Amino acid sequence: MASAVRAATLDNGLRVLIQEEHTAPLASVWCWYRVGSRDERPGLTGVSHWVEHMNFKGTENIPREAIKGIIEQFGGTWNGYTWIDQTTYTLTATRDALDRMLFIEAERMARCVYDADDCESERTVIISELQGGENDPDQLLDQELTATAFKAHPYRHPTIGWLSDLQTMTRDDLYGYYRHHYVPDNATLVIVGDVDADVALKKVAAQFGTIASGGHHKRMRTVEPEQSGERRVTLRKEGTTAYLKVGFHAPAVFHPHFVPALLLDAVLTGAKGVNLWSSFRVPPPQRSARLYRALVERGLASSVFGAMLPTAEPFLYAVSVTATDGTSLDRVEEALLGELDRVRRDGITRDELVRAQAQLQARLVFDADSITNIAHQLGYFDVVGGAAVFPALPQSIMSATVEDVAAIAARMLTTDNRTIGRFEPQAS
Amino acid sequence: MSPQLSDFVVVPGRPTGLKPSRLVLDNGVVVLAKESRKTPAVTLQLTMKAGSVNDPADALGAAYLLGKTMDRGTSQRSATEIAEGLEDRGASLSISVTRHLVTLSCTCLTEDFDRVLALLAEIVATPTFPESELAIQKGEVVTQIRQDADSPAVRAAEGLMALLYGAAHPYGRPSKGTVDSIEALPREVVDTLHRAHFSPGSLMVAIVGDVGAEQAMASAAAALGQWAKPLPAAVELPPVVAASSRRQVVLPMMNKSQADIAYGFTTMTRRDPDYYAFWLMNVVLGNYAMGGRLGENIRERQGMAYYASSTFDPNMLEGPFVVRAGVSGANVERTVRAIDDELRQLSAHGITDQELMESRQYMIGSMPRALETNAGIAQFLITCELFALGIDYDTRLFDLLEAVTREHVRELAVRYLDPDRATVVIAGPYEG
Repeated sequence: MASAVRAATLDNGLRVLIQEEHTAPLASVWCWYRVGSRDERPGLTGVSHWVEHMNFKGTENIPREAIKGIIEQFGGTWNGYTWIDQTTYTLTATRDALDRMLFIEAERMARCVYDADDCESERTVIISELQGGENDPDQLLDQELTATAFKAHPYRHPTIGWLSDLQTMTRDDLYGYYRHHYVPDNATLVIVGDVDADVALKKVAAQFGTIASGGHHKRMRTVEPEQSGERRVTLRKEGTTAYLKVGFHAPAVFHPHFVPALLLDAVLTGAKGVNLWSSFRVPPPQRSARLYRALVERGLASSVFGAMLPTAEPFLYAVSVTATDGTSLDRVEEALLGELDRVRRDGITRDELVRAQAQLQARLVFDADSITNIAHQLGYFDVVGGAAVFPALPQSIMSATVEDVAAIAARMLTTDNRTIGRFEPQAS
Repeated sequence: MSPQLSDFVVVPGRPTGLKPSRLVLDNGVVVLAKESRKTPAVTLQLTMKAGSVNDPADALGAAYLLGKTMDRGTSQRSATEIAEGLEDRGASLSISVTRHLVTLSCTCLTEDFDRVLALLAEIVATPTFPESELAIQKGEVVTQIRQDADSPAVRAAEGLMALLYGAAHPYGRPSKGTVDSIEALPREVVDTLHRAHFSPGSLMVAIVGDVGAEQAMASAAAALGQWAKPLPAAVELPPVVAASSRRQVVLPMMNKSQADIAYGFTTMTRRDPDYYAFWLMNVVLGNYAMGGRLGENIRERQGMAYYASSTFDPNMLEGPFVVRAGVSGANVERTVRAIDDELRQLSAHGITDQELMESRQYMIGSMPRALETNAGIAQFLITCELFALGIDYDTRLFDLLEAVTREHVRELAVRYLDPDRATVVIAGPYEG
């Protein structure tokens, strides 16, 4: 089973988490930053994600042309992603490449160059990414739903940013944002794999120890006012298929209601696990879930999916439904809201709780199947939810009661707390 | 002096080998097992050689519908009982259907292994395809087909396959079928398809995870050893004819934000001796370090696309090589020109020594990552079995790739990737 995590903090504030896993001759390195799209001000939406792209384009000691294949030529792979609370970079390769991976991350933290031509070229790449997303009506509806459900909190704008900001942001905007947020005391470095923890920690200190800290970081703290009435958004665009989404303001990851909400989602749409990097690549066990039975088995929907994600501040519990061809959205909405109302009123049964617990426990096991996934979870919960939440999850899942789940259902699934999004396809 | 990148060089070693176990049961089922005690879980993959190439010409999508319905009732259990049997223990079953294969994949906790294997065996051997379940699945499939019709990416990819292979060829037909074919498809066709093509001799089973190989074999024999059925006759597939001239089709979807380009050729079978050189060429051209040369040109240098890459998918027949890119309508022509240029460049000059070395190291070095998870190993074992690559294929790969030369790669580029014979499909906000 999982080995102990070695935790340390360097003098410059960099948190370091190392876990030895000797099952394959590999090492995975993740460098996490406490910056995401919720830290962006109007006019700069999308800057976190764009900065992530720029941080793959050459540093003071890694020329632009050396980036291509920098770790691939040794059989490794790298990637990165940005979301509402966090930005992260990952490298997985043979354990012999650990020094090289740490060197790359240290360079990325402190010495990226932000060449003006590269910034311009990346502008169109990111706009292309945005437009590719718009091709998908489901994604478009998701964006509109979130923007409607939040009126004050910066979770309201999409991580990719609004188009006009992407068109006008400058190189100095990007570089200034990078310099402000990419400092050791705003980061957590995670290493998992076939390494010696003591040796690895020394290597980290050697590569990152000389990077100056950035001083105290205070994140923007706008609290979303409590929603006091149902909100709706309807998209009418050319298309072939109707989509429905309902979003409810939901507890943040460290809140005592978070695990009961996870269990509630498992009862409604099947357990997904809590690993954003891997959980959603495997379909959830949902054929005995309530909403699957009420919508898909009755032929009203071709798919239903629930997302109760671990976030630093209260985000949304969102249920997404694809209507079957020829079924009106009104019928789907009536059936969906009817089921949600039923669980709000009556809660769940003991059998449902037991099944949801078993499913979530199994998902935690399945999600620990690679060093990359294990490392993701260590870093994710460290920057998003506090390091104590993740190790306690098995216990929190098992100790949750039917009453706990009923309580969050009663509190969260109210009419006043919901936003309904509809995509009504128009014939061409 | 501060450290430099050149201070951190790595020398990848030779793989030590998975050393899986292989057993053929008396009835022909091939069982592949690999123990891995990393987590208390087991991944099961049951793959039947019975994919959509077997669809009757007047019932397109039959195999796809079969895949969606086969776990909705067996001789002994209802759809609900099957679902609860798996889901009460946190397992979920996925069934996928490709041109040649129907695959059941499931990961379960170790303690549930025997029960889950027995259930999957029952689903494979005795599905009942209840009429009511079929009706629900048809509704889902029709909805998926309509969603696909609204997706530039899917329309470009499917449009390319239809052009490359011909709309009537099993590789060119839509594997989900059409709205009309699915709505009209009688239950008997699905049932007949199962009776005709599902047999022990067509089944490969991979068992990977927290179970010893000997126990895995015994469990497989207990679950599947009694299933008796003759091997179906091999299906004759029409030959693949390579294009002799350039073709381009535009599918305007003016309501969309971005156009998808699919640009391709038919190539070779997986068993072709040229496979390794072609695979390496594909890595250089469209995979290595975010899209290879194509990504470097279209994304990095010209900033036109979020994605630009290529795939090489050789199969039982000559599979496709496809370049894909998503760009704004205004950049379609420039992107197609960039693809043409890269292919001409490759034919004229081949790849460099550095590209050969780095790609080879990448491909060999990627193996430990691909084989890190139970699901990765299971997929690998099935692929080795399907194409008769040998149980020690992972250790031989090193030498197979070492043998690839620059000359061989260039010769393949000349032979297969001539822009004057390319087939191009563009779907999105572009009218040509």
